[in-house]
Amino acid sequence: MKKYEYTEKKDTRSGFGAGMAELGKSHPNVVALTADLAGSLKLEAFIKDNPERFVQCGIAEANMIGVSAGLTIGGHIPFATTFANFATGRVYDQIRQSVAYSNKNVKICASHAGVTLGEDGATHQILEDLGMMKMLPNMTVINPCDYNQTKAATLAIADHVGPVYLRFGRPVIPVFTPADQKFEIGKAWVVNEGSDVSIFCTGHLVWEAIKAGEILAEEGIEADIINIHTIKPLDEEAILASVKKTGCAVSAEEHMLNGGLGDSVAQVLAQHYPAPLEYVGVHDTFGESGTPDQLMTKYGLTADKIIEQVKKVMARK
Amino acid sequence: MELEQLEHTATAVRRDILRMVAAVNSGHPGGSLGCTDFFVALYFEVMNRKKNADGTPIFDMDGRDEDIFFLSNGHISPVFYSVLARAGYFPVAELATFRKLDSRLQGHPTTAEHLPGIRIASGSLGQGLSVANGAAYSKKLNGDKNHVYVLMGDGEQQEGQVWEAAQFAPNKKLGNLTAIIDLNHAQIDGTTDNVNSNRDLAAKYRAFGWYVDEMEGNDMADVVRTLKKSQEDPDVPTMILMHTEMGFGVDYMVGNYKWHGTAPNAEQLTQALNELPLTVGMTDY
Repeated sequence: MKKYEYTEKKDTRSGFGAGMAELGKSHPNVVALTADLAGSLKLEAFIKDNPERFVQCGIAEANMIGVSAGLTIGGHIPFATTFANFATGRVYDQIRQSVAYSNKNVKICASHAGVTLGEDGATHQILEDLGMMKMLPNMTVINPCDYNQTKAATLAIADHVGPVYLRFGRPVIPVFTPADQKFEIGKAWVVNEGSDVSIFCTGHLVWEAIKAGEILAEEGIEADIINIHTIKPLDEEAILASVKKTGCAVSAEEHMLNGGLGDSVAQVLAQHYPAPLEYVGVHDTFGESGTPDQLMTKYGLTADKIIEQVKKVMARK
Repeated sequence: MELEQLEHTATAVRRDILRMVAAVNSGHPGGSLGCTDFFVALYFEVMNRKKNADGTPIFDMDGRDEDIFFLSNGHISPVFYSVLARAGYFPVAELATFRKLDSRLQGHPTTAEHLPGIRIASGSLGQGLSVANGAAYSKKLNGDKNHVYVLMGDGEQQEGQVWEAAQFAPNKKLGNLTAIIDLNHAQIDGTTDNVNSNRDLAAKYRAFGWYVDEMEGNDMADVVRTLKKSQEDPDVPTMILMHTEMGFGVDYMVGNYKWHGTAPNAEQLTQALNELPLTVGMTDY
């Protein structure tokens, strides 16, 4: 197992904020919008440097999505920011018609996704957003795994023409990817090479997969750990290459199983290379209040759960 | 364009609308006919549009250095398509493909078919004012002094997003934005007052910070005059309540909400076209 170390823990939303601060300097046509959550989305640096390119929409997310679509006309690149729940479910039809169907160059940037939002509870803990967004034609869907990858993804989507959904979160987690990485949309990252089982992981579950891989290695199981940061377009080639090598797979995500990364992996395998697949994710239930760690444990979004599913799937080979 | 020529053009557009919806036995003639004078005035007289040396229009998605228009109540696509075609954005003959398979003239307008003149998809109601807000904001950031227009329906005022957008424009000082509401008092299920009354729209928009004006939408001279006046204030957006008759131009359709989304049959079409004779120099598609 390849060794991953970290010297600090940070929240992925701060990676987004750092990316926006850089884009403010490098891209004069980037505009940041928010619906009363500028602080939560870490936009302070962007706003300080570019007050004229910051659009405070107030608590009116539907209008924010439409304003973003309109801003693209005239050449601006709007980054519309709010919590993941209000960035997707609340405004699905606005995204569908004014952004995705109209194919506008809008970046929907969503923080506080999943149960790790914590104490606010289920009203705010969206677990269906990746599914909703990946179903939309023209939409690119990205779910980075740590501060550095989120920052790199933020920079990358500014240079990608077309609608993007970028999903990140609130909790502080290890920073384990390189600070100078170049983010390639649609290109999976091989975290560890192994031949016994494939682990396809995204977002906050990537660090859990690494922890699981270390424990499995001690038991003599070498996991092929692949970070699928881009949910759509899916790197089918990387998924198939890995499973052809290992013969079985586990998916891991902080998302509902219906519509999530695991679903996408299952489609690829069913069509091209049928192989046993087990899932780590949330099973058809809403979240609840609690600390992020408590909720990850209760909803089975941990290294231990990944190990359990690895053993289950390997027995099915 | 001279007033008389605008009116001749409006007659040809009304004939297009009727023939387009009758040909596929679907579409929305009522609101299209009611808004015909507005569309003709906007495209042939009011808007500053980019053109080639020979007078044909230039279309690009960014719409910089020209006035631009968004249709929020996308179901009145027949009038939009007819006016775009007659203004030269695409061949008038293409109107015959309306609502047919593989046509660029989808039931509701879309950018997906790359039809020149269309900058946003609309059909699901309530979204156009927000898009126009963004486009007006974009022009301000670009230092582009041109204007943004958007048309909404009066039934559409029942959508919550309209009021999110209504709050935004005056607060952001979007004086380069003019919104128009087609006040024909009718929607699919009946009169707007009976379905879910808008009550006093003028008072509502004034309270939100708009300059509110009114015009007779089926009086070409009044439409031209009122639209031109709306460009005067740099900081305050204008909301024009446009009084129209649904189905204007066809006696049996006027004021009857049943013609919101129903096409005339062959006999009704003939009767309607007889009321709208082409003038010299104008032809059907």
